[in-house]
Amino acid sequence: MTNSEMFHIRTEEAPRLPAPISTTGAIGWMRQHLFSSIGNTILTVIGILIAYSLIAPLIQFALIDAVWSGENREACLPQDGGHSGACWAYVKAYFPQFIYGRYPTEEIWRVNIVYFLFAVLLVPLAIPSAPFKKANAILFLVVFPVVAYFLLTGLVIGDTVVLPIVETAVWGGLLVTLVIAVTGIVASLPLGIALALGRRSKMPIVKLVSIIFIEFWRGVPLITVLFMSSVMLPLFLPEGVTFDKLLRVLIGVTLFSAAYMAEVVRGGLQAIPKGQYEGAMALGLRFWPMMYLIILPQALKLVIPGIVNTFIGLFKDTTLVLIVGMFDLLGQIQSSFTDPTWSTPSQGHTGYLFAAIVFWCFCFGMSRYSIFMEKKLHTGHKR
Amino acid sequence: MTSMERDTAEAPARASLINDPKARGYFYQAVLIVALVVSGYFIVTNTIANLERQNIASGWDFLENTAGFGTNQSLVEYSETSSYGWAIFVGFLNTLLVAVVGIFFATVVGFIVGVARLSNNWVISRIAYCYVELIRNIPLLLQIFFWYFAVLRAVPGKRDKWSFFFDTVHLNIAGLRGPKPIWEPGAEWIGFALILGIIASIVVSRWAHKRQDQTGQQFPVFWTAVGLIVGLPVLTYLVTGMPMHLEHPNFVETGPILRRGFELNVGINVIPEFLALTAALSIYTASFIAEIVRAGIQAVSHGQTEAAHALGLRNGPTLRLVVIPQAMRVIIPPLTSQYLNLTKNSSLAVAIAYPDLVSMGGTVLNQTGQAIEVIGIWMAVYLSLSLITSAFMNWYNQRMALVER
Repeated sequence: MTNSEMFHIRTEEAPRLPAPISTTGAIGWMRQHLFSSIGNTILTVIGILIAYSLIAPLIQFALIDAVWSGENREACLPQDGGHSGACWAYVKAYFPQFIYGRYPTEEIWRVNIVYFLFAVLLVPLAIPSAPFKKANAILFLVVFPVVAYFLLTGLVIGDTVVLPIVETAVWGGLLVTLVIAVTGIVASLPLGIALALGRRSKMPIVKLVSIIFIEFWRGVPLITVLFMSSVMLPLFLPEGVTFDKLLRVLIGVTLFSAAYMAEVVRGGLQAIPKGQYEGAMALGLRFWPMMYLIILPQALKLVIPGIVNTFIGLFKDTTLVLIVGMFDLLGQIQSSFTDPTWSTPSQGHTGYLFAAIVFWCFCFGMSRYSIFMEKKLHTGHKR
Repeated sequence: MTSMERDTAEAPARASLINDPKARGYFYQAVLIVALVVSGYFIVTNTIANLERQNIASGWDFLENTAGFGTNQSLVEYSETSSYGWAIFVGFLNTLLVAVVGIFFATVVGFIVGVARLSNNWVISRIAYCYVELIRNIPLLLQIFFWYFAVLRAVPGKRDKWSFFFDTVHLNIAGLRGPKPIWEPGAEWIGFALILGIIASIVVSRWAHKRQDQTGQQFPVFWTAVGLIVGLPVLTYLVTGMPMHLEHPNFVETGPILRRGFELNVGINVIPEFLALTAALSIYTASFIAEIVRAGIQAVSHGQTEAAHALGLRNGPTLRLVVIPQAMRVIIPPLTSQYLNLTKNSSLAVAIAYPDLVSMGGTVLNQTGQAIEVIGIWMAVYLSLSLITSAFMNWYNQRMALVER
């Protein structure tokens, strides 16, 4: 026996074996995330059961059993005693009402132009890399409201009727929802900034008035504010002066959301380091140039997500106007239930499902945008 | 050196009054006060003139007049002959009831969903995520309508029922019926026993804490407390000869068709408005609480968990002693503001005619026309609730603030 036979030296690398099949790929993922222990397995099974018991009936109702076309309730009545599905034919028939309310049919092009302008101006404003931000913002915040106001309400110069007057009483549906939400947010922004600056002011009376205003509006529910603006506001005005109902609601909503906006803006102002104020003052800027040129651009940029969140809240809260007798999207849907032409067991479910889908799309889209902006703006300004 | 001395010796250069920030401050504030006083005067005089024209006497006398309308839920004695003031108070109690019950369920569901979102289990965390994103992006009023008009109208009619929990709880279109405890003489001892149990648990927990600090020995505080708080009342119940029985709702199935259904005033009846409102409020608020809980737990850095493990703590104690106390510091302030939101949102009860403060007040407003007084009461109640809450929050924040070296 020679020495060389006593031991073995490996001269080449051992072949690399693949990871055990149970730890990679779909099986590995499932073992790790679904069945890692007995408790986890039970949870997975329960979770799947819950999800199935919720999703299956919904799909059954909204898609499989649904009725897509028809002229009246006959089409949507339950067939041979079975359950009836969603009556989308009813939504289709009522769709114009849900979008425009009872706005005169021959004038609907005006609403469409407003919707179109709104979208065309908002989209580039919302995309951070789009050019001409300043011109765009001025168009959206100053020119657009004026144009939209005359397009929607009508325009009469002297005796010539350029655009026939449309009373706000016939507005409804998504139009009212958007008008209240957008006006509320656009009008409350400057007021909110003023209140936020007032709350941080060194002048005691200004500070006190701002704090009382903000805490008052934040402390009461919106519904009481709406009652106040529709019942109490007329009492405050001299005899003979009357307000449009929509305008009264807008005033209430604006004051209400201005208080919330003020707190959002205050958060932004507090996040700006003191050095920025001192630097601006050292350059000899007075208060308003300092705010306008140095502080507010930074502070407002920081709170864009907060502003969007306030807007989401306001958008959802516009549904409350139906309690004071206005017809926003939900109010319009609610009032369509009284129509005997489409009265079926599934009408209510279908209407609420439609409203839920519309509101959800708007709110979810906005919340995604707010998250996107938050990530985009997280560049080191935050402390 | 000399030039500096000369500068300080001379009177400092005076800016003209118009450029003096202090003078400007006084001026602006004076303008603000004048503007507020003038607009206040304008509003008050107009209001007085308008009220006179509409023949509405302002004042609080109407609160003592007979209300003349009934309600389907009141926690205290109330009838149509009660006064307006009492009606509003009944509404206030109903608001508190729905707020307390809603807060309880919202907290339970919110914490479960918030923890579930952080689960390693993919299915569970996905379900929690979908729940949050679905619920919080749909208006609350729509959810209330959904529960009231779509869900609770689909249950059996008055002459029929669905039963749960071994035939003790029943649901039909008139609401939820359950057994009602009837207390007999001697039952007060059970209450005393409960209070005694709670006090004894606190004493035991203090003593166990002290002993652990001194000797390091632990004591099963939790199970002792459970035994004291549950066991003592049960023991008293048995010793005093069971002075309580349950009054089950009586469902009449035979006889004339109009007499069928649940007998009135037997057992507890929860009205459907309350069910719908509580369900909608707690499910909606729970989605916000879930996000707060998730953010709170994520705010505790992973190093804390690792350090606790390095000290030899197991998973349970790590969560209980290290992670949760720190997470609570982040969770509590936004949580209280969610509770406040829930209370304010309960005013949407008016949409489905649940007799809360706004709903009852609205009826009073319509009957008397006393808009200013009624809206004033609403706002005063909600404002004081929110001020009390923020006072509590400040107190809690001070107590919980990080004590740093």
